[in-house]
Amino acid sequence: MSKGNSKPGSLLVRGGRVIDPLARVDAELDLLLRDGRVAEVSPPKKIRGSADETFDARGLIVAPGFIDLHVHLREPGQAYKETIATGTAAAAAGGFTSVCAMPNTVPVNDSPEITAWILQPERGAVVNVFPIAAATRGSLGEHLTDFRALQRAGAVAFTDDGKPILNPGLMQEALRLSSELHVPVIQHAEDTRQTGGCSMHEGPTAFRLGLRGMTAEAEASVIERDVQAAQATGGHYHVAHLSTAESLKAVRRGKRAHVQITCETTPHHFALTDEDVGEYNTNFKMNPPLRSAADREALQVALADGTVDAIATDHAPHALHEKQVEFERAAFGIIGLETAVGLVITKLHRERAVPLSRIVELFSSGPARVIGLKSRGSLQRGYHADVTIFDPKARWTYDVRKSRSLARNSPFDGCHLTGRVLATIIGGRMVYKQS
Amino acid sequence: MSAFARGSLLGIEHLQAEEITGLLQLARRMQRGQPRPVLRGKTVGLVFYEASTRTRTSFEMAAKKLGALTLLVHASGSSIEKGESLLDTGYTLRAVGCDALVFRHPNAGAPHLIAAHLDVPIINAGDGMHEHPSQALLDAYTILQHMKDLRGKHMAIVGDIYHSRVARSNIHLLSKFGVQLTLCGPPEFVPETAATLAKGLRIARHLEEAIRGADVIMLLRVQKERLAEMQFDVGEYIARYQLTSARLRLAKPGALVMHPGPIIRGMELSSEVADAPQAVIREEVRNGVLVRMAILARALGKSK
Repeated sequence: MSKGNSKPGSLLVRGGRVIDPLARVDAELDLLLRDGRVAEVSPPKKIRGSADETFDARGLIVAPGFIDLHVHLREPGQAYKETIATGTAAAAAGGFTSVCAMPNTVPVNDSPEITAWILQPERGAVVNVFPIAAATRGSLGEHLTDFRALQRAGAVAFTDDGKPILNPGLMQEALRLSSELHVPVIQHAEDTRQTGGCSMHEGPTAFRLGLRGMTAEAEASVIERDVQAAQATGGHYHVAHLSTAESLKAVRRGKRAHVQITCETTPHHFALTDEDVGEYNTNFKMNPPLRSAADREALQVALADGTVDAIATDHAPHALHEKQVEFERAAFGIIGLETAVGLVITKLHRERAVPLSRIVELFSSGPARVIGLKSRGSLQRGYHADVTIFDPKARWTYDVRKSRSLARNSPFDGCHLTGRVLATIIGGRMVYKQS
Repeated sequence: MSAFARGSLLGIEHLQAEEITGLLQLARRMQRGQPRPVLRGKTVGLVFYEASTRTRTSFEMAAKKLGALTLLVHASGSSIEKGESLLDTGYTLRAVGCDALVFRHPNAGAPHLIAAHLDVPIINAGDGMHEHPSQALLDAYTILQHMKDLRGKHMAIVGDIYHSRVARSNIHLLSKFGVQLTLCGPPEFVPETAATLAKGLRIARHLEEAIRGADVIMLLRVQKERLAEMQFDVGEYIARYQLTSARLRLAKPGALVMHPGPIIRGMELSSEVADAPQAVIREEVRNGVLVRMAILARALGKSK
């Protein structure tokens, strides 16, 4: 976890509305950050002494640093798509203070050496990086990786993201280890035996475009099966980028039965639908695909009612030549770090009246709980001084050409959004400030 | 879609009924007498990423009849095999001097990608399971040689609609002109979502129900591999869906029997039906040249 070169001094964030769901705080407060930690949280003007720096947060929301559970940083091996430095710079601009790095790199992050390499300061990470390691060697779905050694090296979860674990015995074994080591096993829920050759959601749009569609059932059936394994083993099962109403039902059933099951969903899945693919726009191609309007509606409800534990971007950068090809041949995935907060405020808070406290929870304490992050996801005294400051009323237009990511594959280029990140603070140090 | 070069023909879906009528009228003018070489000095690239006999030769004949040069590019034996991207192939053909490109491609939407980046008209000669607009136009042309008007006519499209670009283009076109369409086949070939493609579509699972009283019956090719994929017994398919002389009697007397080809005698239709006087399968092919002449003339701005 890079902290940069300069030793953090003290920073006073003054006059903002602090929303800290874990601490049940929603009030105008001053925040003193010192030596990388939260030193004091007090009513306005009660903090004595001076700080090296002051940030005027009047009229703004001051929240625990946002955590993204699902980011593809592409290193090692695919630096032409993104690097840890550029991906985390985009994360900082999007208000994220911590990101979890997916293991589908080249080579796959299935060893403590690669995990350690990702964490080296030479990578130039701008925000905290928490590697997620592969669940099986080479993500080939045959032999589990050494969970213990990987955890010691810094891995916070295990997944074969993109290559679902479909072997029930293997999933059981992984979940048994999960229960022992208190780490989640993350599943990209897709029965790939049903989705070969598919490039979007199965429905009227896929039929109209002559594209093979992935059924909603191919996602839910995997979750249903895995929930039973989680129940049997006591392991923690986390569903990545959950996208359908059927899947939500499976998660709710699991939660009611007190299975350790959590899930995340992405801004694009609750903001867009399969119809938005239009005439083969490859920036609307991702996996899981954009779903039906009914699925989008169900996701919005589940985000509000607490079924969903976290919002994650599934930031998936690709080079232009991997997207400017035939739709069926185009790479799956879109970038999303810089647009997440704007989309969530616009689609959930303004259009659906989801309270800001719930939104902050989905970005901070929610994801922190999923991966068991200590001393993050809240702004209580002694916690890491990771802070996201945003203006829920600011209107802006996303211009992908100005993205800090190396990639440009966003479906939201030119979108008018409300809600903008103004500052990102990590370990008490300002790493991003909207100018 | 406004960014595409004028004269591009990517699909029927987004065409206005007037544009379709205009193309059919132009094709009718092509029928009369010796065509004028309105495309002299023009070069039409025929880019075929998929095998094709009738569509390729038909476009080639159409271009040559109008006086254009043609450049034929196959996927095999070209840079396409070496891994050149679709866009780069398009740029290359443009640089060589093509004034219009006719594309056949196994991926749906491939012509749209090319059209979004090139400044010459792009004509879709079949893209994956998506559309085959010139086929739908020549089918409409053929029907209109036998009937004055399409409105209110009953028509059945029978067979593997899910995998068929011909079906999609025809459904779009005929629906725009008020044809009452019934789609017929087992659920694997005609899923319920097929009915969402246009307004007023009906689905029938029994051939008899679909063709009773029909003015036109359009059959689609059924591939044995596809039947095997969905574990559908060939014998059962034939028993339930083959158009035989006996079944044909359920339709209106003289009802047209159409097929985009290639036909498989003994599969989707009996040999007797294929050779019946009301079968207009070869007429369709003949009309294809005229319709494609109209498409090319329109593409290169020589439609007057």
